[in-house]
Amino acid sequence: MSVKVLLENAHIEGIRFYETYRKNGGYRSVEKALKMSPDEIVEEVKKSGLRGRGGAGFPTGMKWSFLAKPEGVPRHLVCNADESEPGTFKDRYLMEFLPHLLIEGLIVSSYALGSNTTYIYIRGEYAWITDILEQAITEAKANGWLGKNILGTGFDCEIYVQRGAGAYICGEETALIESLEGKRGNPRIKPPFPAIQGLWMRPTVVNNVETLAAVVPIINMGGDEYAKIGVGKSTGTKLLSVCGNVNKPGVYEIDMTISVEEFIYSDTYCGGIPNGKKLKACIPGGSSVPILPANLLLKTAKGETRMMNYESLADGGFATGSMMGSGGFIVLDETQCIVRHTMSLARFYNHESCGQCSPCREGTGWMYKILKNIEYGHGKMSDIDLLWDVQRKIEGNTICPLGDAAAWPVAAAIRHFRDEFEWHINNPVEAQTRNYGLAHYADPIHVPTV
Amino acid sequence: MKQFSAEQLNQVQAIIARYPEGKQKSALIPLLHLAQETFGGWLDTDTMDYIASLLTIKPIEVYEVASFYSMFHMKPVGKHVLEVCQTGPCMLNGSDEIIAYIKQKLGVEAGQTTADGLFTLKPVECLGACGYAPMMQLGKHYKEFLTKEKLDQIIEDLRIAATH
Repeated sequence: MSVKVLLENAHIEGIRFYETYRKNGGYRSVEKALKMSPDEIVEEVKKSGLRGRGGAGFPTGMKWSFLAKPEGVPRHLVCNADESEPGTFKDRYLMEFLPHLLIEGLIVSSYALGSNTTYIYIRGEYAWITDILEQAITEAKANGWLGKNILGTGFDCEIYVQRGAGAYICGEETALIESLEGKRGNPRIKPPFPAIQGLWMRPTVVNNVETLAAVVPIINMGGDEYAKIGVGKSTGTKLLSVCGNVNKPGVYEIDMTISVEEFIYSDTYCGGIPNGKKLKACIPGGSSVPILPANLLLKTAKGETRMMNYESLADGGFATGSMMGSGGFIVLDETQCIVRHTMSLARFYNHESCGQCSPCREGTGWMYKILKNIEYGHGKMSDIDLLWDVQRKIEGNTICPLGDAAAWPVAAAIRHFRDEFEWHINNPVEAQTRNYGLAHYADPIHVPTV
Repeated sequence: MKQFSAEQLNQVQAIIARYPEGKQKSALIPLLHLAQETFGGWLDTDTMDYIASLLTIKPIEVYEVASFYSMFHMKPVGKHVLEVCQTGPCMLNGSDEIIAYIKQKLGVEAGQTTADGLFTLKPVECLGACGYAPMMQLGKHYKEFLTKEKLDQIIEDLRIAATH
């Protein structure tokens, strides 16, 4: 059974409200942290090995230590709650059911970073969650955890919730900052990094909801203890949001020591594929990361069991591996069409490109158009190479990672499912009436014995 | 001339007070949400000019932001906007069929409004409810695990509410 440190109290009735949350040990980490020095807290977070839970997996303690502290210039912590990566809905779950856990993590983190005004930037569509968070903030303030001179320590902190208005790009930290300044969500050129010049050109740290919530157990149990959960550089627990063709879609907390196979088929987690269907493919970390056919998902190219952690999911690089990403776990059964699914994702990235960089603005539209042609029976065999060429010219050639995020799903689909694209092109009429099916994607992988 | 109520103007001041002095432009997106809710579900030029005057910024600074974000409507919409998610995870669970059903039931294409002005169909991209697909946003809330029967009920309820 996996260890739970974030969701262990999620089942308790009324945990959304202050009294119940406090009775169950809530806000202990603030009491502990405010007796420590800010640097000591940063040190604990470093020791914990916590990596950013938004998708990039960058070590949080290191990110915090980059924050510039010029004399007389206010600093800000901004919580990234713009969760918009297709397949990802874990932050929503945390905020909806455990809003005080996030507020608690924000108070400790604000103290560690010296932020007296902290903002939660939440995607505009999560309108009812904004109300839940504001309610939690009001309760926390009424009980002395926010406002002036918290616990008599002289530390002042206010938290405000800011709603976005529908733009995937605002999950990118510099676009988020632009949006918070009341502008279009156009990512900034880095450097300067937000840690030096962020919100209103002041030193700023932007962290994901789950990352900031994880600061609470780290302070409560200590960084060293937290680092004992998990394996290797994948310390602590990770929230995964599961969707697509599984019996039990939803949000799960894992300690990163279980296998992908167990995660999909165990009744503790996804509960297998509905209606006795077979697994065809899976995107393990949000729509941007490479899709893998069943055989490469369950085992690495070396024939080892693939585990649910950062290193194992990435084993084999993009040639035969994928990424932990945001934890958006999308499962496709044997009846799903890879071409149609890839087309849907291409339309998403085309819609969400901010339009600043030509390779992304033009390239995403071009990829969507080609995929639409193939899907609707007007594809040419040369289109596959054209698609490959376009995605390659987007990747790495844009200001922000949206370009890469748009290129990778297309590249991985061609890399692993080329025969399905060819079948669509060779059989335009038949492809309108049935899907390619499972084909050989679940066959045992060949491991060379040298 | 558009005008917020006295109570709303207090709310506007409270929002502006969240930011440092001189950074009132940060209140733009919150104020556009408030304006859209208040002035008929979309943002016309008068509304945007009014917001610009409240924040002492140029009208163009409001137009360029309003047109960037997909939640802001730059054209009139129906009383209820059915924002149906069509991205990958929802597609795997039948969002194409849901959208086709709404088109047929209401006699509208994507982006169109019914003749009675009650419903607008707006297919949208991922709303973060992938495990509860197919789904749509209706006003402030999500309607999840959609079926044709569920849609019939939702539409029927809204029609009845409109006649009362």
